[in-house]
This record gives sequence, structure tokens and C-alpha cells, in this order.
Amino acid sequence: MAQVSLRKVIKKYDEVLAVRGVDLDIADKEFIVLVGPSGCGKSTTLRMIAGLEEISGGDIAIGGDVVNDVPPKDRDIAMVFQNYALYPHMNVYENMSFGLKLKKTPKQEIDQRVRAAAGILDITELLDRKPKQLSGGQRQRVAMGRAIVRDPKVFLFDEPLSNLDAKLRVQMRTEIKKVHQKVRTTTVYVTHDQVEAMTLADRVVVMNAGLIEQVGTPNDLYHSPATKFVAGFIGSPAMNFIPCQLEQAAGALRVRLSDKLSFPVPDGRTARYTSNVGKPNLILGLRPEHIAETRPHIEPNQHDFDQVIEVVEPMGMETLVYFTLAGAEVCGRVNPNAGATAERSMKLRADLSNMHLIDDTTGKVL
Amino acid sequence: MANAAVATAGAVRPLRYGSISRDRKWALRWSYFFLTLFAIFFLMPPFYMLITSLKPKEEIAAITNPWWVYAPTLDNFIELLTQNAYMTFFRNSAIVSVCVVIVTMLISVIAAFSLARMKFWGSATLATGVFLTYLIPDTLLFIPLFKMMSWVRDTTGIELVNHWWTMIILYPTLTVPFCTWIMIGYFASIPKELDEAALIDGATWMQTLTRIFIPVALPGIIAATIFCFTVSWAQFLYPLAFTTSTTELVLPVGIVTTLIKGDVFNWGQIMAGALLGAAPPLIIYAFLMDYYIAGLTAGATKG
Repeated sequence: MAQVSLRKVIKKYDEVLAVRGVDLDIADKEFIVLVGPSGCGKSTTLRMIAGLEEISGGDIAIGGDVVNDVPPKDRDIAMVFQNYALYPHMNVYENMSFGLKLKKTPKQEIDQRVRAAAGILDITELLDRKPKQLSGGQRQRVAMGRAIVRDPKVFLFDEPLSNLDAKLRVQMRTEIKKVHQKVRTTTVYVTHDQVEAMTLADRVVVMNAGLIEQVGTPNDLYHSPATKFVAGFIGSPAMNFIPCQLEQAAGALRVRLSDKLSFPVPDGRTARYTSNVGKPNLILGLRPEHIAETRPHIEPNQHDFDQVIEVVEPMGMETLVYFTLAGAEVCGRVNPNAGATAERSMKLRADLSNMHLIDDTTGKVL
Repeated sequence: MANAAVATAGAVRPLRYGSISRDRKWALRWSYFFLTLFAIFFLMPPFYMLITSLKPKEEIAAITNPWWVYAPTLDNFIELLTQNAYMTFFRNSAIVSVCVVIVTMLISVIAAFSLARMKFWGSATLATGVFLTYLIPDTLLFIPLFKMMSWVRDTTGIELVNHWWTMIILYPTLTVPFCTWIMIGYFASIPKELDEAALIDGATWMQTLTRIFIPVALPGIIAATIFCFTVSWAQFLYPLAFTTSTTELVLPVGIVTTLIKGDVFNWGQIMAGALLGAAPPLIIYAFLMDYYIAGLTAGATKG
């Protein structure tokens, strides 16, 4: 087990910068998830940690030792691939023991370790089978088993659940979390699925265009995103971005969305926002759950407004309503019994205590 | 209401069941017809060879029905197999073919692995070069090869012409490019994550090749082996050009040069010799046919 650190890591393919200077410290036993849209450099970063891609600049250290020029086999890492990459001609036992055999581990120890790992993953009865006789979920387990058996310093996962169907993906997600709680090995996990990132990670690293946008716990990222990108990427349905103006009237700050509609800024935020009064390109960021139906009892910073609903999407436990506000499509989450109907007006309630004010010019959350 | 519904239902024309199976039946009939036609067409020469090899000399020369044996005899086979020369040809051919297969596979598997997997400067150009080499016909190659051999003799004093073992050096010029090309295609179809997994597991390039690639690509390797064996077993031009002494000949050339004396064709023995000569590839194909087909098609369809 070990900490991993990346210092100004760069990856260049010919003239294209895929990773543009990544700094990251991963603590021992930590579960880190790299998340971002395709092409953001997350997989490349992982492959550089694995040693499958050479780095074009910077340093990567595992357990305190710089491993820039160390080949993958000497980095003491294990990797789980998206397509499992099981050796098709070997059975599960041979797949799991291949690495140990190459290291000339004594037979008895190999057997003991394979059986222990198989026990953790509940695949003991599959040890004699060939990969093609296994289902997707079972193959995924074997791929994890192959990683666990070697007892490496770091686990690397490269979108391991992308090939599974939706139901199995949720199940395996829990499985991976359980395994990590049992073996406590430092883990770097790459995914494009923000739900996977939120549910698995101790800390999430959001990447975009070869750079780290923000590093933080899942709750940090959700409640205090640093940039518009993170605010929009984390959370489903995504945060609403409504163009707005910040105006000062009678000593109080107000966010104006349209001629008719404006909300007062919560008291606690006045000081933070005052310097932005009159700034162009401001955006109000409000998550769908902070736009709900009106209720008899009103809390501070909550404000009712009338709105014609355009589309209604019943989800069972909640109903999503869509409407246009200040030229932006806005999503709200209302109670299924609130009587939301398409093309009818409805009284909604915005909760501004969790609002975000975003400067669209810099992309920063103010 | 109910009556109306029944009336409409009655007006609908009954479905014609079985039209698909009728189409299929006709397709099958046609395919059987043409397959039989092709089979007859292609099996006619070997059948004629068999008939002729069973005829005594007089019957071959006589004007009788050529498709029938009136006095079947095994004399042709017995004479052939008791001749020392034929057994020498057979032995030469067998040793040459086996050695060529070994040499070719050793070179082309390693070459294909490095061309398919290791990125190095000029690897793509080299791979194309290998294929282009295969496109050059052997009729063009044997003259420069002659030149090279005389150069070897002049500089080292080693005589390469008129030795059966020279074929072990010559045939790979035909087999290595093609086998390498087949293997490149086959290795390229193996997912890249497989060697990355092996690399992380601690395997060297050589271990990745021997423990992962060769077992996974076995159908492809067997296909290449069969091809290689067939080419060296049936090769006619090189041994004809490079060997002359009876003891140094391989089977295809040996049959033609020793059994045709001037304008006297010993047809019975020629046919018997050719039939026996065709046996080893036939036996190999019969056993490894499934592998051969899997090997040739897999590289083509898996991206």
C-alpha cells in the first residue's frame, strides 16, 4: 500500500497535449475517482500511472519513489481493464495466478492467495472455468481477483463497469466498494459516469480538457463546485444555469432573471457577491431539487413564483418539470402529487439558500 | 357487430404457409446441383490419375475405355516403392518441408509479433515491405538467387547449387512473407489490453509471446503452418532450377525427371508417384481443416 503523487504531469501525442500538467496527491488507502467527459485525459493519466504510456513531462511517484522510467511490472500495481483482458486460453485459476507464477512465487503460496482472493469475490466455484464460459459480471470479478491476488501497492481501474448492463453495473459498484473496504488498497478509478464517481470515491477528481477542474469529496463537489464545468457535470439531472443580473436595490442584493422575476440574495452571501453588481454574463446556478412545488410553510430564502410548465416527466418517486426561464431550459423536481400538468401554470418555489452565482466569462463559481 | 367481424375475417385471403421453406428447398437443390458439378470437375483429374496408376503398361497404351481398368494391378506402386530413387525423393521432400516449416514459423511468428505489437520507427513500412515481397513471383526471384549463390561460392567456397538442403534456405523466401502477413493480421486481432495485462502481470515481451500470443493465436499459427508445408511440398521451380543429381531431387521434380526418359512417358508410375506424393498434404488438411478455416477467416473479420 502506498501513496501516489503526480507533479506537473504532461502527456503529448505528437503536437497534441492530452494531459496538460496534472498535480495530484493520493493518500495511502484512499479511493480516488478520475471523472470527466471522453477525451479529458483521465484514462491517459491512469495509463501513465500504470506505466503503459510514457510521460512527456513531470514526475509520478508511487510510495515515495519516482517511477517515471520504471516499467509497469516493477511498479507493483494491478490494473482492471474495461474489456477485462482475461487470458482466453487459461481458466480462472490460471488467470489469477499468472502474475504470481511469473514472479516465481512458491506453488503453495499461490494456491493460498488465489483461494483467498476467490473467497473475497465469491468466485471459488468458478476457478476451473474458462473466461468464455463466464457472464460479464463474473468476468469482471475475475479481473478484480487477478488484481487482488498480487497484493499490489495500487489498484488501477479503467472504466471497469462500462461493458455491463445497467442493473449489473449498480451491483458491481457496490461489490467494488465492499472489496475496497476489505483490502484497503490505494485505488485510482477512471469513469465517465458521475454517479459511479460520487458513490465510490473518497475523493473525486473532475478533469476537463487535460486539466484538473476540482478535487474534493463527493459532497464538496456537489454542494460547492468551483467551476461551471463541475457544477454542470456533477449531479443528475444537471444543475440549471439561468442567465441573470445582480442588482442592488434599497441596500439589498437581488438576482434578476427577467423583467418580472427577481429573487433577493440570501443574507449570508451579500458580502461575497456585492463586488459583482452590474457585471455582465452572470449565471444563476440552481439544482433541480431547489425548484419544487409551493408548500404552506415557507422557510427563509424560499420564494414562490408562477410558471407555465412545458414538459412533465413522472419518475415515480418524484416528477421532473421543464420550463423556459430567461431563455434557458430549467428543470425542477416536484412531488408526484403536486398536480404538475404540461402547458398549465403552476406555483413553484425556488430555494436560494443553495444558489450559486457563476461568472460565465471565467467559468468560475463566485 | 360479431357477424360483421366474422364476415371481414372471412374475406381475408388465407395465409400461404410454407413459402419460405419452399424457397429454401429450391436454393438447396440448386446448391447441391452446382456443388456436385464442381466436385465432379475438380475430382476428375485425381480420379483419372488413380485409374491410370492401376493399369498395366499395355492397357495404358491400348485403345480401350480410358475410364475403366480391365486388368487392375498394383505393379506401378510396387515398382515405384522398390526403386531407391523414389524413396530418396520422398525423404528429401519430407526433410525439406519439415525444416522449412520450422524455420519459417520461427522467423515469421517473431517477426509478426514485433511488427504487430512493438511500435518502433519504420515498423509500418516494414510490414508493407513484407507483403510486397510476397507479391514478387518466384519466377523472377530465381535468377538473382543464382547470382547470390555463385557469390557465396566465390567468396566462401561453399557450393550451394545441386544440394537438396539448399531448398531449406530457398523456400523461406516464399513462405516467410506470406506467413508473416497472416500472423500480423492474426496478432493484430488480439485485443491490446491482453498484452498490457501481461505486461503489468510482469511478463517480458518474450513471455507475452510464448505464454499469451502463441496459445491465443494457435488457429492462425496452424493455418500458416499448413500453408507453409503445402508450398514447400509442392514447390517445383526452385528444385528444378537448383538441383540436377538424382540423389538431390525432391519429389515433384524427381517424378518428372526420372520417370520421363526422353520422349518415353512412364504414365503408370508417374500417376502412382503423384498420388503418393499428394498423400501427406491431404492427410494434414483432413486433420487440421477446421483450424485452417478458422485461422484464415479470423484475422479478416475481427477488427
